[in-house]
Amino acid sequence: MSENGVKEKQIEIADGVNVIPEANAIVSPLDKAINWVVNWGRTSSLWPMTFGLACCAIEMMAVGAAHNDLDRFGILFRASPRQADLMIVAGTVTLKMAPVLRRVYDQMPQPRYVISMGSCANSGGIFNTYSVLQGVDQIVPVDVYLPGCPPRPEALLHALLYLQQKIKKEGLVWGAWR
Amino acid sequence: MGSMEIKDIKEQILTSQNVCILPETEEDLETKEMILNMGPQHPATHGVLRLVLKLDGEEIVDMEPHIGYLHRGIEKLMESKTYAQALPLTDRLDYISSPANNTAYAIAIEKLFGIEAPIRAKFIRTIFCEMSRICSHLLWLATHSLDIGAMTVFLYCFREREWLLDLFEMTVGARLLTNFARIGGVRCDISPEFVQGLREFTKVFPSRVQEYETLLTKNPIWLERTVGIAQISAEDALNWGLTGPCLRGSGVDYDLRRDCPYDAYPYVKFHVPLGKNGDVYDRYLCRMEELRQSNEIIKQLLDQLPDGQTVADDAPDLVIPTPPRQVEAAGSVASAFITLSKERKMINTGDLYSAVEVPKGELGIYVVSDGSGKPYRLRLRTPSFVHISAMPVLSIGHMVADIIAIIGSIDIVLGESDK
Repeated sequence: MSENGVKEKQIEIADGVNVIPEANAIVSPLDKAINWVVNWGRTSSLWPMTFGLACCAIEMMAVGAAHNDLDRFGILFRASPRQADLMIVAGTVTLKMAPVLRRVYDQMPQPRYVISMGSCANSGGIFNTYSVLQGVDQIVPVDVYLPGCPPRPEALLHALLYLQQKIKKEGLVWGAWR
Repeated sequence: MGSMEIKDIKEQILTSQNVCILPETEEDLETKEMILNMGPQHPATHGVLRLVLKLDGEEIVDMEPHIGYLHRGIEKLMESKTYAQALPLTDRLDYISSPANNTAYAIAIEKLFGIEAPIRAKFIRTIFCEMSRICSHLLWLATHSLDIGAMTVFLYCFREREWLLDLFEMTVGARLLTNFARIGGVRCDISPEFVQGLREFTKVFPSRVQEYETLLTKNPIWLERTVGIAQISAEDALNWGLTGPCLRGSGVDYDLRRDCPYDAYPYVKFHVPLGKNGDVYDRYLCRMEELRQSNEIIKQLLDQLPDGQTVADDAPDLVIPTPPRQVEAAGSVASAFITLSKERKMINTGDLYSAVEVPKGELGIYVVSDGSGKPYRLRLRTPSFVHISAMPVLSIGHMVADIIAIIGSIDIVLGESDK
């Protein structure tokens, strides 16, 4: 959300102190500093959840292995959605898997992000059949789309760094609201 | 209200403490069975397998595997494509060893339509098959040991795997889903740099396998987790239709590469490793020995690699599209298209079952051709599907923690099993 959009919603409750209705965010002169600290924290410890579905999961594992080493960016794979900030949807989402995926997404604490990895997750890819969901964005909001079948490990790395840049630009989303 | 509830609870506790139920019969001593759902989102199920376990304490009483979470309709999709168009779909079956799948499909269609691939193409295909076998077994070892708790092996295995994937990329341009084999040959020839790179790999690789073995084979934790787990006799293994290392781990001497050789396997000599007990550990030993044997096969194939063309003359749909500049040079678009329309009409009727030894086991392809240029029916007999069906037999009577070792040892890929 842009800062202008946020400013329109603000209500002034005291001199120089604004409040966004239905949100736990107080807009004060310290905004930029707090934003910077919060975003720095979120950027530097982006924990994705291992949500390997199909072929792309193998490349996702390759990113975590020694050659591409995600740990240097503070990115560690977690097995539980409760401990994760990011879901990498790596592979084909079938209609049978879709409710499970949504449920796992709902179990993740906010703020949460989604990377749609590979053609199948983006748009169904070559599997335009009766059993495949044509794009994961039909059931969860997607932050970064990553094309390729499968994308190279470097491409996933780029997507993760791109997401970090996106998080750095966020403002006034410190509370549970996003 | 809150205080009342606490009061009630206190009374309940007090009364229950006063009334102590002593077991009178044996039935009172029995524990209750619990249903535990494992998956489909679980880091150790190697994809989206869901297992419903019935537990007595920690012991597995019954289990039911649920599949279909990755059912993409590949068989049905193949019916709507021509034989050559359906080839990329076979990559996505067992995505860890896609060249082996491509080759299996290409061989089936070649047999059906009587196309003979050139000898050099056969050699290249076999080299790629064996490379993919090493890739697949390395990924199996990496994940299997990671699940049981050996993190270092994961990193070591991926080191060699990346080396092989770089070699794939050098020839094909893709790392994982290579789509290399074609009906009647291969897509492109291999370069001298590739041969040199692969020779270097084969020199180093046996010492690397030794390195993994020093970490695992006599490791007390590894032995504790694998020896005697999921034992299956040779007879049971045959009855359940297990193939590949799972069958050979039980001591059944059956390998399609040797028993009904295809492509360039008649030209090489290799040893088929066998286990004795048919447990997780024996399957592990079989696969480790297969890594070495595959390395030997690649060495022999590189030494004997013949010259010649890589695509059969009567191969269908194999002409690479002319770049636009050459179209201009040819005078008109129409003349460029004439060079493209080399497609052979595949209108023979008949049906055929062809099986190939892929890293997981026996990949069978049954094709029915009705003369329309597209398969009327294409049925895939995939090893993972059969192996999952044997999961209950393997796991009943073992602890819940052993499920992880069992799934790892049968080496399943859900893309292949769900199709």
